[in-house]
Amino acid sequence: MFSWDLLANAVVAGLLLGGFYAAVSLGISLIFGLLDIANIAQPAFVILGAYAAYVMNSAFGLDPILTGLLFTPLFYALGVVVYRVYYTSFERRGEESLRGLVFFFGLLFIIEVSLSLKFGVDYRLVQTAYTSRSIDLGGVGIAFRYLVPCVVGVAMTLALYLFLGRTFYGRAIMAVSQDQSALRLMGANPVQIKTIAFGVGIAAASLSGALLISIAPVIPSTDRDYIGRMFAITVLGGMGSIGGTLVAAVILGVAESLMSTFSGPSWSLAVSFGILLLALAVRPAGLFGR
Amino acid sequence: MARTVRAVLVGLAVVAAGIALAMLRVNPYLYFAGYVILQYVVIATAWNILGGYAGYVNFGTPAFFALGAYTAVFLIQSTRAPLPVLILAGGLVSALLGLGIGYLTLRLRGVFFSIATLALSIVLQTMIMNWDYVGGSRGMSVLRPSGPPFGSYVTFLFTVMVALAVVAVIVARFIERSWIGRGLAALRDNEEAAECMGVPTLKLKLFATTISGCLLGVAGAPFPYYVTFVEPNSAFNLDYAVNALAMPMIGGTTSWVGPVIGAVLLGAAQQLATVTISSEMNLFIVGVVLVAFVVLAPEGILGLVRRLRGR
Repeated sequence: MFSWDLLANAVVAGLLLGGFYAAVSLGISLIFGLLDIANIAQPAFVILGAYAAYVMNSAFGLDPILTGLLFTPLFYALGVVVYRVYYTSFERRGEESLRGLVFFFGLLFIIEVSLSLKFGVDYRLVQTAYTSRSIDLGGVGIAFRYLVPCVVGVAMTLALYLFLGRTFYGRAIMAVSQDQSALRLMGANPVQIKTIAFGVGIAAASLSGALLISIAPVIPSTDRDYIGRMFAITVLGGMGSIGGTLVAAVILGVAESLMSTFSGPSWSLAVSFGILLLALAVRPAGLFGR
Repeated sequence: MARTVRAVLVGLAVVAAGIALAMLRVNPYLYFAGYVILQYVVIATAWNILGGYAGYVNFGTPAFFALGAYTAVFLIQSTRAPLPVLILAGGLVSALLGLGIGYLTLRLRGVFFSIATLALSIVLQTMIMNWDYVGGSRGMSVLRPSGPPFGSYVTFLFTVMVALAVVAVIVARFIERSWIGRGLAALRDNEEAAECMGVPTLKLKLFATTISGCLLGVAGAPFPYYVTFVEPNSAFNLDYAVNALAMPMIGGTTSWVGPVIGAVLLGAAQQLATVTISSEMNLFIVGVVLVAFVVLAPEGILGLVRRLRGR
């Protein structure tokens, strides 16, 4: 017996999940999509943001999203340091692609294991005043636990879109992704612009990590689940397209939600990677590719 | 030709030494730890055929390894096949997967290839988790055959792994010294240029992915008998991915000696860390050493040695 209620609920849950996935993927969309830096450690930075939110919440009772915002400067600084190391060790020598990838893979493990050495492998969750509330729209339930991250995610997407399109530094980042040497001829320093962009991408991880831990419990190895989702969304959306990131995130969210509603949650992880493999094999430029 | 014969003779001597070691029946833990280190020799050598020689970084090592292990589980479940059959079948199935991945390289290069292999590993894990015949996500226990030579089954598996490691290293050495190795090196440095010079790049890439996948499956096939309880999270562990990559990187990727040095050093260090500190520290050490080497000594230990000799 097919249930339309179940379908409606699954689609709505998927849409909300998609907004959150967009928040998680913005950083990688900027770093990998626009700068061509294969920062495979991005999910680990998101988990780092999640644990920052957890620590501040359990110590001072701070709201996770507020914590995420407060920590953005710190994450920005972290991003600047990581990019400096990456630049001096790989990019300047012209060895960025493969060794750089290995560098970030190692970084992913260092962050993950550091977290599990410090916090153990217990699931951590942040509870807020709105966590357990929900509204009912004619049989379709909307949980605030998903609604708030979705709204924040869409707001982040909009903010990044405006930043890239309307501000001086944003346009410079777009320029550096198109033609580095032309930018250098204009008298701007591409390395400085890329440092800023990388920092912004890592700063986004702080906020999206806070969203992550208010949605579902987190353990240090949760980052592995998000590697596929992030890259699937970035590739499907078209490398570096911010609007495309949101669309792809919503597609993935709905697909995963339908899959876990109708085939069981154990299949939902395969959805993102399946979409990724399909996108890579059929249309590597993505939906909104350059 | 004479060099190949010599290599095979040296390999046979190593296998004989392994059997002699097994006859000694020293502390059983030594065989237990030795198996893991030798398994990493096979994995690192196999990874390096694709990653080091051809320059295609494979993050999907767990997929090939676990496919070998689960082929073995399937055969044990259905026919109770003997160990040599398990190893051959595991190698064959993973070789087929490798061939498939090889065709992916037509469209995907560099970073995209790496991410696709990682994706493959997760998709395969999800499929195994939903396949109840081989245990599903709960896993299943495997009974070891009775009456092994050398007293205990782990000691027997240790000698098997010595032989497999020798085979893997000889294969890698042969590829490196032959025209295949030179062709792979050419396409690693510049694929378009190599193609233009008449190097059959697709054939070589398919060969490299197939052989690499086959050896990874061979490494995984005895795994069910070693652990006696197989579940997806341990068979598809990402630790294999990072180790497979870290060991050749630390040793040096351009020669067959590199992965062996890396696997022995890093494998032994991890065994020590597991016993003395904690198993969590294992991965931490691997991560830090990997990042340190890739930043400070990109040519690995072999590169360092070469630089010292040059002066």
